Amino acid sequence: MTDETKKDDAATNGELKPVRVEPNVDAEARPYPLPNLVGESNPEPSAERLIEGAIIVEDGVKKALRRRPPLLEIQDLNVVFGENQILRDINLKVRRGETVAVIGESGCGKTVLLKNMIGLVAPTTGRVLFKGKDLARVSDKALTEIRTHYGFVFQMAALFDSMTIADNVAFPLRQHRRNMRRSEIKERVESLLEEVGLNPKIVANKTPAEISGGMRKRVGFARALAMEPELMLYDEPTTGLDPIMSDVINELMIEVRDRRRVAGVLVTHDMKSAEKVADRIVMLYPHARLEPGEPQMIFDGTPEEIERATDRRVAQFIRGEAGERLREMSAGR
Amino acid sequence: MREKSLEWEQPSRWERFVESTAGIGRAITGRVALAGNLAVFSAATIFWLVVKGAKRETLTPAFFNVGVLSLPVVMLTGTFIGMVLAVQSYPQFKLVGLETRIGAAINLSLVKELGPVLAATMLAGRVGSALAAELGTMRVTEQIDALASMGVNPIHYLVAPRFLACLTLIPGLTLFADLMGVVGGAFFSIKLLGVDWSYYWEYSRNMVGMFDVFAGMFKSVFFGAAIALICCHQGFRCGAGAEGVGKAATSSFVISFVAILFLDLLLGIGLDQVQTHFLGGPKGSMI
Repeated sequence: MTDETKKDDAATNGELKPVRVEPNVDAEARPYPLPNLVGESNPEPSAERLIEGAIIVEDGVKKALRRRPPLLEIQDLNVVFGENQILRDINLKVRRGETVAVIGESGCGKTVLLKNMIGLVAPTTGRVLFKGKDLARVSDKALTEIRTHYGFVFQMAALFDSMTIADNVAFPLRQHRRNMRRSEIKERVESLLEEVGLNPKIVANKTPAEISGGMRKRVGFARALAMEPELMLYDEPTTGLDPIMSDVINELMIEVRDRRRVAGVLVTHDMKSAEKVADRIVMLYPHARLEPGEPQMIFDGTPEEIERATDRRVAQFIRGEAGERLREMSAGR
Repeated sequence: MREKSLEWEQPSRWERFVESTAGIGRAITGRVALAGNLAVFSAATIFWLVVKGAKRETLTPAFFNVGVLSLPVVMLTGTFIGMVLAVQSYPQFKLVGLETRIGAAINLSLVKELGPVLAATMLAGRVGSALAAELGTMRVTEQIDALASMGVNPIHYLVAPRFLACLTLIPGLTLFADLMGVVGGAFFSIKLLGVDWSYYWEYSRNMVGMFDVFAGMFKSVFFGAAIALICCHQGFRCGAGAEGVGKAATSSFVISFVAILFLDLLLGIGLDQVQTHFLGGPKGSMI
């Protein structure tokens, strides 16, 4: 008896075994709960019906999400610093509940793109829209309000070194939740620190200099979550961490996406992290090495699709091969 | 440490000429852009201060740092400057038999010029460079971006309280520098050089007026504002790495010092005109 027939038999006996769904609809990675398909009238559905139902519902939800306006939209973005063009004609949409990874080699403009998404860098031309509002055209006050809907995890955590860990996490709450009592803020800080796997009793009164790099990243994570953001921006969150701590950060990003249903943009070099966390991956290529008229975004697809990418530059990047780059370097580019 | 970079290809004379001309142009446009940038930065600081004020949690450390921690060093330098003035002036005055009038020269120089300029210089050195280095480090480590990303305006949160502290505390610091300078000068002249104390104070009283003390303190407000804005601006536009922070700290002091002297000249001329045309010329009798 094959595994499939065994599973079918078990299902018809009413003994539901864990079922493996299609890879792209992995139950653990699903950003929304499946409805209860086991109604009163049909108490013992077959495993196939469950899977079929789940896929139909998931497809329906995905289509519905696609129809909704994107949370963040970048239109024809160009960024020029002095005489150097960094970004050219970037178009990107980030929908609610979706995590997009932006990959590419150092200096290709990933971080500049991320900072454009929150208005820290102004576009030279083009628009960045958050919930339909152009970040470059809103007033300072409105931009300040919009930014409270973001969470930004910085590459080196960017904790305020003059404050304790607890004060760092409490900072956005103290600035924007004026009606929150001290005890409420304390409680929230403790719960945020616990959420990122830190013991508040041990770390709360330490300064950023007294804790390790991995802990600092997690504190930065907790601080970014404090305002319950709708969009998380991660700037190379696993850079400089050991493989275990990198995976802890990956799991935290997945947790934020699945449990809080927060959209995310992850800028990274780490393909393992991008493939594990992202629903979609886009790859940027350094502007200086592009042919005239060639798009800067050389890939936009799912983690499964990037594995099958035919573009040599994409394939070499995800395998970490120097081939194309070595040829360019020898040609003096 | 920077060594001279290696040149692989020698440019032609014409290329060198074009490059040096372009360099002059770049330097001029850079300075103009810097001045414009500083003006916008200053306007933003004043705007935030007027519209939203400064938060108490940020004001207290700024006031402590600028006022309390600067006071001892300002008082100490004030004392020494008073004594140095006595040392330098006494032989000249004695030569023409006017050593009893030394008090007037010392005290007038102190309250009108040296007290405010010295207090401002000490503030630029002790507080200004530290401000530039602190804000520069915050820029380099993305803490300023982190503030902005959390919906907090960095100019309002970081610059406004430091600006307010420098602006409001420098007249007090100047007054302490003046006071200690007067004490130092009097001690050295009367106790060590043997100038008669009654003449010393009598001539001082006749020459130094309230307007002179006011003029010194009035000038110091401008010095304080210039120091805070220049140093915070240098910190905000700090370049990358340790070199960037070092450059920001050094240039903040140099630019502040030049600004202090430039403002001193302008305000000195202006206040002199006011005194001459509206107050009927210099008058002593402070007490």
